[in-house]
Amino acid sequence: MTTTELLTGGLRIEAHKRRSTKASVRAARLIERYVIPLDQHSGLPALPLVKPADRVRMFQPIAQPAPGISAWLHSPVSGEVLAIEPRPAPHRLGAPTMSIVIANDGRDERFDNAAAVVSFEQISPAEACEHIARGGIVGLGGAAFPTANKLESSLCENGPQLLLNGAECEPYISCDEMLMRERADDIVFGARALLHALCAPNCTIAIEDDVPEAQTALRLAIEKAADARIRIKVVPAIYPAGGERQLIATVFGVEVPHDGFPADIGVVCQNVGTAAAIARWIRDGQPLVSRIVTVTGDGVSEAGNWETRIGTPFSSLIADSGGYTERMSRLIMGGSMMGTSLPHDDLPVVKATNCIIAASALDLQPRGPEMPCIRCGNCSQACPAFLLPQQLHWYLQPFDSEQLSRHGLLDCIECGCCDYVCPSQIPLAERFREAKPLLARELDAHLTADAARARFHSRNERLARLEAEHRAKLAEKRRPKGEPSST
Amino acid sequence: MTFPTAPAPHVVAHDSVGRVMRIVLYALVPTVALHVVFFGVGLLVQIALGAATALLTEALALRLRQKPIEPFLKDGSAIVTAVLLALCLPPLAPWWLVVSGTAFAILLAKHLYGGLGRNPFNPAMVGYAVLLVSFPVQLLQWLPPSGMDIEQTRLSIGETLQTILTGSLPSRLTWDAVTSPTPLDALRTHLKMGMTMAEAQAAPVFGALGGRGWEWINLATLAGGIVLYALHIIRWHIPVAMLSAIVVCASLMYMVDPGAYAGPIFHLTSGASLLGAFFIATDPTSAATSDRGRLIYGAGIGVLTYVIRTWGGYPDGVAFAVLLMNLSVPLIDRYTIPRVYGHAR
Repeated sequence: MTTTELLTGGLRIEAHKRRSTKASVRAARLIERYVIPLDQHSGLPALPLVKPADRVRMFQPIAQPAPGISAWLHSPVSGEVLAIEPRPAPHRLGAPTMSIVIANDGRDERFDNAAAVVSFEQISPAEACEHIARGGIVGLGGAAFPTANKLESSLCENGPQLLLNGAECEPYISCDEMLMRERADDIVFGARALLHALCAPNCTIAIEDDVPEAQTALRLAIEKAADARIRIKVVPAIYPAGGERQLIATVFGVEVPHDGFPADIGVVCQNVGTAAAIARWIRDGQPLVSRIVTVTGDGVSEAGNWETRIGTPFSSLIADSGGYTERMSRLIMGGSMMGTSLPHDDLPVVKATNCIIAASALDLQPRGPEMPCIRCGNCSQACPAFLLPQQLHWYLQPFDSEQLSRHGLLDCIECGCCDYVCPSQIPLAERFREAKPLLARELDAHLTADAARARFHSRNERLARLEAEHRAKLAEKRRPKGEPSST
Repeated sequence: MTFPTAPAPHVVAHDSVGRVMRIVLYALVPTVALHVVFFGVGLLVQIALGAATALLTEALALRLRQKPIEPFLKDGSAIVTAVLLALCLPPLAPWWLVVSGTAFAILLAKHLYGGLGRNPFNPAMVGYAVLLVSFPVQLLQWLPPSGMDIEQTRLSIGETLQTILTGSLPSRLTWDAVTSPTPLDALRTHLKMGMTMAEAQAAPVFGALGGRGWEWINLATLAGGIVLYALHIIRWHIPVAMLSAIVVCASLMYMVDPGAYAGPIFHLTSGASLLGAFFIATDPTSAATSDRGRLIYGAGIGVLTYVIRTWGGYPDGVAFAVLLMNLSVPLIDRYTIPRVYGHAR
């Protein structure tokens, strides 16, 4: 059962993490073919550096960032490039996305990137950012935003505060918990590299109050590193406390402006997994070619966490986990609250794949029939963005863009809390997810129309002024010479 | 392998409109039980008549509107309306009163506006207001509470049924012998006759705190309301604001002239103050929706209730106060949109 946190919004949702945290992190089996989508990070797709039939080695760069926001991609294995072609991917379910397909030769021959291993204290912060970019590091919390782009846009004079997000609030995901338990040293190392790259004065690692083992491991690692700049902040295990904006409000007591970024209030938030990936790159020369993936749910035989190379198909991870059970009914990438439901399992693990839930009817309480909203307001009590979902729902039908924008539809973070508590079983999150782009477009059209109107008026004014000037000049010319002007 | 897909979130809490309405009904059980103890089984007959009427009219309205009938009959909202209206009627009121009031509430106040979740006014209070305006005589014919030493007028179950269904009392009784005004009504009449508060409250219809019997029924209502709060069915804003407003108004006037105005405890424990605060004003559909809005809405009902009781034309004012504030909800909602995360304070 759940209790709503009446004052802060959010929900205490029963956690389902124990199932996947019994065993330690194991290496996922190696397979013959790896599929690396070129657009698996936020921003622009990477540009391939290889072509079909090229030999590649493990850790070799195979695609470089497009100008702007983009990221490097590296080969997770040694072998041969089979094709660069559109393949289905879990983060773009609409259409296949351009991917590099690599045949694994099983030898794991490493690409010689000795130069990758650097002592970050020896290089300048700007060089450190550039170096982090070369490791293909992206945010591993789920959004896969290229880390170097985020760091560069966050640089400020006195250095921003660094916040490492270890608050894994989605009830099924445990990859960050296992990372903190088993690789706390990597996280602390990565934190120190990030502090250097950002010229940040200190680092706060946020961790939830229901993962004592992870807290202990991190404390020990911080003691070992003897770095007084790094501290731990325990936050309540409330969904969605791990959302970037919610976490910043919880930890620092300040809100990120609705039209701005954390950097605007001097905070940079990175996932703990990202910090560990930075450590592996800077310290060991291993770019981001693998990550920990939680495989859980009542639909697989054995839940667990797997160190998985990017490009591994979901079906292989499911096989590692003992296959589906008879009760399997829904495949989800991500968490149970915000994850994407997938039509099949022949999809590659991408950098953003933190969790695969093979859900059975036991995991998914069936939704009842949708009833009309009775305005009970449970949703507004649960909303972490302080919205009134009941009012937003009212103004969706018919679509009232003025009221929707007054009520802050565009500030909805789509966490699904309103949906979770709704007694009328209204799929609010889905409705809002669909309505947000419509509203954004409509507001944009309004702006465009306003701008066009303004342009039109100023043009008319300009033309009238020109004409008046012209007439004045004509009048001047027609006047007989010598006659004084009337003005 | 392929799987059916569905939008996030993939888990939801077990809850339904039916569960909410059932809890509201359970929370009314103590009130109804004590009502029966003090005023006899008439209320149960009224509830049965009202509930049957509510379900029938609800089904009829759904059919006319070509909506699925079963899920809406099962949601329990029509029964809540019927019970709340029945609680407001005199226990021996003739059957056509509760039937027409309930039918009016369901058909006109609820379905004409679009049914569940779309009624701007509290349906039970619309039904009550219509009856009060149309049939004031029948509505003010209350019974004396038990313990007033008139046990010979107590009706048996059969006599109660007969009275409600035929509209006439058993031959051994007359209406004058059986009925008694409600405490609020009695107070009003006595004060009008020029009595002081102390003289007025010496009448047998008054108890230790408020009306005799009523004070216990209201305490039971308070208990039910606390249960609703504890189970997160209602929140504190509306009841606290409404009761505080009544207390503030009553205290102020009591301090001005204790001889002419009843004190706050009397106002809380008489009439429909507590039923209104916990079960009627909290109807979420017709109430303001933000926390701040609910405080304003509740306080408005409290003030209006006191004003109508003290200076208005009717002994109790909860129904009209609720309807008047229902009317103000769009305005309140418009000016109490909460600040959204990340926007300027």
